[in-house]
Amino acid sequence: MRKIKDDIIEKIIFFCGILSIVFVVLIFGFLIKEGISFFKEFGIVDFIIGKFWYPSANPPEFGILSLIVGSVLVTVGACIIAVPVGIMAAVYISELAPKQIKDILKSLVELMAAVPSVVIGFVGMVSLAPLVRVFFNIPTGLTAFTGSIMLAFMAMPTIVTISEDAIRSVPWQYKEGAFALGATKWQTIRRIVLKAAMPGIIAAIMLGIGRVIGETMAVMMITGNAAHIPHSIFEPVRTMTATIAAEMGETVTGGLHYRALFAIALVLFFITFLVNFIADLFLGRSKNK
Amino acid sequence: MAQIEIKNFNLYYGSFQGLKNVNMTIKEKRITSMIGPSGCGKSTLLRSINRMNDMIEGVKTEGEINIAGNNIYDQNIDIDVLRRNVGMVFQRPNPFPISVYNNVSFGLEVNRIERKRNVIDEIVQKSLESVLLWDDIKDKLKKSALLLTLEQQQRLCIARVIAVRPQIILLDEPCSSLDPHATQRIEELMMRLKEDYTIVIVTHNMQQAARVSQDTAFMLLGELIEFDKTSKIFTNPGDKKTDDYVSGRFG
Ligand SMILES: Nc1ncnc2c1ncn2[C@@H]1O[C@H](COP(=O)(O)OP(=O)(O)OP(=O)(O)O)[C@@H](O)[C@H]1O
Ligand SMILES: [Mg+2]
Repeated sequence: MRKIKDDIIEKIIFFCGILSIVFVVLIFGFLIKEGISFFKEFGIVDFIIGKFWYPSANPPEFGILSLIVGSVLVTVGACIIAVPVGIMAAVYISELAPKQIKDILKSLVELMAAVPSVVIGFVGMVSLAPLVRVFFNIPTGLTAFTGSIMLAFMAMPTIVTISEDAIRSVPWQYKEGAFALGATKWQTIRRIVLKAAMPGIIAAIMLGIGRVIGETMAVMMITGNAAHIPHSIFEPVRTMTATIAAEMGETVTGGLHYRALFAIALVLFFITFLVNFIADLFLGRSKNK
Repeated sequence: MAQIEIKNFNLYYGSFQGLKNVNMTIKEKRITSMIGPSGCGKSTLLRSINRMNDMIEGVKTEGEINIAGNNIYDQNIDIDVLRRNVGMVFQRPNPFPISVYNNVSFGLEVNRIERKRNVIDEIVQKSLESVLLWDDIKDKLKKSALLLTLEQQQRLCIARVIAVRPQIILLDEPCSSLDPHATQRIEELMMRLKEDYTIVIVTHNMQQAARVSQDTAFMLLGELIEFDKTSKIFTNPGDKKTDDYVSGRFG
């Protein structure tokens, strides 16, 4: 009897495992199919380096360079803010903060991770955007810069939590050795603890970036959604994800515009894959050094 | 003068008294060993000499430890300078997870002893030579220190202490994770180093204490029971408890 039960459970687990693989393959297959069929009609080069995204003009233009620039700008901006702040916060929480403050900070960070992106977008729209507009004296507060700040908020919990784990698991013996050689606390953190925790910190950053690249709702609400190539970060931009989300509803299933959105998704998929691949390279290198 | 003068020294872990009124004077350029059963406070006493116990929460001390005439528990002592002067080697080799070279240069850099690359290169080489590691690893200086054997790692830990030119080196059971051959070679190394440094070693191994040290301290339950020439401690101890311990009747 127990044997049969065991067998059944094993089968179910196996089935679930297979199912998840099948789903991923199906999604990827779907992207490829629709994407390729789009490229056949429109041309991949025009798609990638085309400056204009006029899907409903006649004839339509499907150039996503401005969307790529928008995504890259917002993502890089978010990283520039989130990475240093996140790592310092992690260092503070794991190495410097007194016990009570540590506990409070940790639950706050976890709370931050649980805020839905729509809410972050909304808060950014009504509170941060006006601030940015007035402070920098620009026509609209819905800019790449505003988006970067809000996205940094979204990446921060991931970066802080995972880096904090990595920093905390650095063996005490390393620190003891450094102190015994006359190193100060800060020297020990900078030269030994952060180095030892680096693989974990890089993984944290990559996961944070992953969250930012794929983010849709918040960027749609606060980056201004203008599909043009910006001259500075204080101009509205539009990201790839926001484009897909905003326009999918208005397209005709199977039409050229519809397939163009799949092609964008394919590009997005490729970029995410690249980021992960680079992260793996880094992690692998620091492990077998 | 690098003698260590411990005066009426008490240490408390919270309400537990780890050291009870210890008095001893450790002479310079000799090897002094500390023996005693597990938990008697050997490590605690050793770590009091470079104030490593400060980092443990709830530790309180009373009394003095004077090094070269200065009480290291004085208010205005700079702990980083103290630790540079009093190096420590731990029970488990703990090289940093960085390159061999950077392990040795670490102390020079954090203490701002030396900035010139070529001088640092020279000190790294000398330090590795003095622990007899240079010939084995001169081609692996850029490799991670974690790739070395345990014995090499422990030698490296001694080298990185030597690099900052301390006067005193404290070793807490430095051979306990090494095999007998490696142990013997580390012991030979200690005997060479005593020409230049004051060495204090905690050991579980009484043969080791007898082999390497000139003076031996026997501790029990946080108290220093007897401190004398090693030969006296092992052949003709003044205290019954010491006699029982070194002759293996307990411990
Ligand atoms: N951080 C600490 N907090 C509370 N008590 C401690 C702490 N460290 C050590 N002790 C206690 O102090 C006593 C002496 O410990 P210590 O490590 O100095 O002994 P030891 O002689 O080095 O023993 P061993 O030979 O096992 O290393 C022990 O009873 C131990 O339980
Ligand atoms: Mg001990």
